[in-house]
Amino acid sequence: MASSFSAAKITQPLPLNTTTTRSPDNPLFSSFKSAPPASSFLGSTHKLRIQRPTSARAQTRSGTVVAVSDVVKEKKLKSNAPTSNLLITKEEGLEVYEDMILGRAFEDMCAQMYYRGKMFGFVHLYNGQEAVSSGFIKLLKKEDSVVSTYRDHVHALSKGVPARAVMSELFGKATGCCRGQGGSMHMFSKDHNVLGGFAFIGEGIPVATGAAFTSKYKREVLKEGDCDHVTLAFFGDGTCNNGQFFECLNMAALWKLPIVFVVENNLWAIGMSHLRSTSDPQIWKKGPAFGMPGVHVDGMDVLKVREVAKEAIGRARRGEGPTLVECETYRFRGHSLADPDELRDPAEKARYATRDPITSLKKYMIDSKLASEAELKAIEKKIDEVVEEAVEFADESPAPSRSQLLENVFADPKGFGIGPDGRYRCEDPKFTEGTAHV
Amino acid sequence: MASIFQAVGAARALSSSNSFDSKKFYLTSRESVSERKGSIFVVRSDGRMNSGRVDKLVTNAVATKADSAAASTASKPGHELLLFEALREGLEEEMDRDPRVCVMGEDVGHYGGSYKVTKGLAPKYGDLRVLDTPIAENSFTGMAIGAAMTGLRPIVEGMNMGFLLLAFNQISNNCGMLHYTSGGQFTIPVVIRGPGGVGRQLGAEHSQRLESYFQSIPGIQMVACSTPYNAKGLMKAAIRSENPVILFEHVLLYNLKERIPDEEYICNLEEAEMVRPGEHITILTYSRMRYHVMQAAKTLVNKGYDPEVIDIRSLKPFDLHTIGNSVKKTHRVLIVEECMRTGGIGASLTAAISENFHDYLDAPIVCLSSQDVPTPYAGTLEEFTIVQPAQIVTAVEQLCQQ
Repeated sequence: MASSFSAAKITQPLPLNTTTTRSPDNPLFSSFKSAPPASSFLGSTHKLRIQRPTSARAQTRSGTVVAVSDVVKEKKLKSNAPTSNLLITKEEGLEVYEDMILGRAFEDMCAQMYYRGKMFGFVHLYNGQEAVSSGFIKLLKKEDSVVSTYRDHVHALSKGVPARAVMSELFGKATGCCRGQGGSMHMFSKDHNVLGGFAFIGEGIPVATGAAFTSKYKREVLKEGDCDHVTLAFFGDGTCNNGQFFECLNMAALWKLPIVFVVENNLWAIGMSHLRSTSDPQIWKKGPAFGMPGVHVDGMDVLKVREVAKEAIGRARRGEGPTLVECETYRFRGHSLADPDELRDPAEKARYATRDPITSLKKYMIDSKLASEAELKAIEKKIDEVVEEAVEFADESPAPSRSQLLENVFADPKGFGIGPDGRYRCEDPKFTEGTAHV
Repeated sequence: MASIFQAVGAARALSSSNSFDSKKFYLTSRESVSERKGSIFVVRSDGRMNSGRVDKLVTNAVATKADSAAASTASKPGHELLLFEALREGLEEEMDRDPRVCVMGEDVGHYGGSYKVTKGLAPKYGDLRVLDTPIAENSFTGMAIGAAMTGLRPIVEGMNMGFLLLAFNQISNNCGMLHYTSGGQFTIPVVIRGPGGVGRQLGAEHSQRLESYFQSIPGIQMVACSTPYNAKGLMKAAIRSENPVILFEHVLLYNLKERIPDEEYICNLEEAEMVRPGEHITILTYSRMRYHVMQAAKTLVNKGYDPEVIDIRSLKPFDLHTIGNSVKKTHRVLIVEECMRTGGIGASLTAAISENFHDYLDAPIVCLSSQDVPTPYAGTLEEFTIVQPAQIVTAVEQLCQQ
């Protein structure tokens, strides 16, 4: 089972010095990664593709499936006024921009703090993938749920978890969102419906399916008719070869659960190229195999992601079932802070660096006169302060005391059992400091 | 991995008599008991109720029991049913009581469950509340965990406990850990249940004892039922518990018949059950081995021994109070279990007793477990893998001579 701790093994330099064999620029892949989009932010449907389920049975089951690209095309044709050619209002644009800046600044600060010895273990940074998080999560309501992987800091931030709570958690302090007990790979927030943070890949997908099941259950069994909560499950390309992924695609489509499966395909699972590990690397195709639409979108373009997200989330809310969205994206840093990232072709990294989602959005906002340079700079400055404050807060927060050790093992602490003296162990106030008793 | 269970499992359960005498459990004599202390009901192997003896056995030092206000007026005759029906009754009562309780598993809905534990529930509650899942243990267990985190109270049925090996990822990582790693934000009130244990020539993979594999997982509780009474009580308690609970049933015990009270009751998840009080030796057991022990106890009584038999019921955590009181009285311990020798529940129990009650022991603790072997298909070999009453008698005789 893949998990993040195998980074150490991957980093041994390989004797091969040819980069061409390891670069993803082989014929199989280049077809839909060919040219950088010329007018990337005019919502061009160039990159949006959908394959309808081919079998007749699938057709009848998913008869109400609407091709996402068709919806966007329709919208484009209907809008005649010049201002509505824009896919986003100023307000929305600034909100998304701020969110992406927060994600980037926070992750950069994490790297700094890690190298200064303030946080330890496996820390996986999200730099470069901000468009996916902001594009999707900013469309959600508070009651909607987000399930992520170990690369979860930015998902938590986008969903509304305060930066100081996340930073504090990373520092392992008692004021962290999980009281310091979870760490980088386990960000949870009941208030904001962030259901984790999972260290093993694929582990979170069933949990997300369960959250979507609850939503359907509430509507149909508990008769809370207006319950339309949607769940988003984020995971990577490596996970798409895992059994849990396929099992959950099946169940979600079978029961028409209100869930969107968001694949953050950044081409690399630590050092394993997606092309070397997957028989058919086009992940979006796997959706129709289970009876749900599969969409491929340029994950470096937040506006395109947002358009697709709107449709997918809308489908789920209307009770039409799940969608599989493959976002083609890239992480600018290594797999984790322990990964020297020697395997990836520098040319590939440079290519994606030119498609930085933040600079692209900035350019779009300025070119479309949605915001001025000054406004955007003000946002950047504000975020810098937020992140600084988060670090200060985390620094000053206390570390958990020993009495916290066993507090949250059981929701009902009677589960620790009855001791030799006949009393429940949890009745002893010092019990949570830990004993080695069975 | 689904196999044709019905004919093999249910029909053949208890049909051969070499393991225990099922007639023991037509407890019509229970009607004469005028008093029941708490949720521990004393059953003597010879079927006689001695109410004088019962008075001495108040082991409820801790007060948790619920819904047994009518306990002392056990004049109602109760009703007779089989163990799987008792499980179903408990399940149905809880589903009636709380609409968030739901069931998920393979063939639990339209088929009524491989062992008929959920028979009739799908027509009554609907296909969503009694959910027939595809064959994807890891994922539907994870789905139950996600549902539990977001407000439901699911019960996951493993068609055979062994299948839950495929759900180990979710049970260990998510079920056991998420309450902790989320800093206490999310609770996971799931019940994971299913039949396990050695059956009648079911083969190695269908005869597994998973309690030994799950026991180290922090954050879960494990209980094993052995009678219709405690099956219903433990099922209800497990559903009401905020902790994730794994309820181990046994393939061969589903057709046990017993008379249980009409009034509502639950059993305490953390307590052990005193089956037969005695003076000479403490025999600790659980699940099906309880019956082998009681059969051996008959022989032992005839030979003049007075064994105290305790069904530990709670496999994790151990009820060290009941166990300790017994050890302090008899000074000799024999553990009889169906787990394998290596790393089983017996091994942990031996360590716990050694650690806590060493001074009270007059002899080393003896643990009789199954052989460390994949359960063979051949009936004769299968008999040799598990502990038989004759071995128990021999072990007691040896221990008492020391």
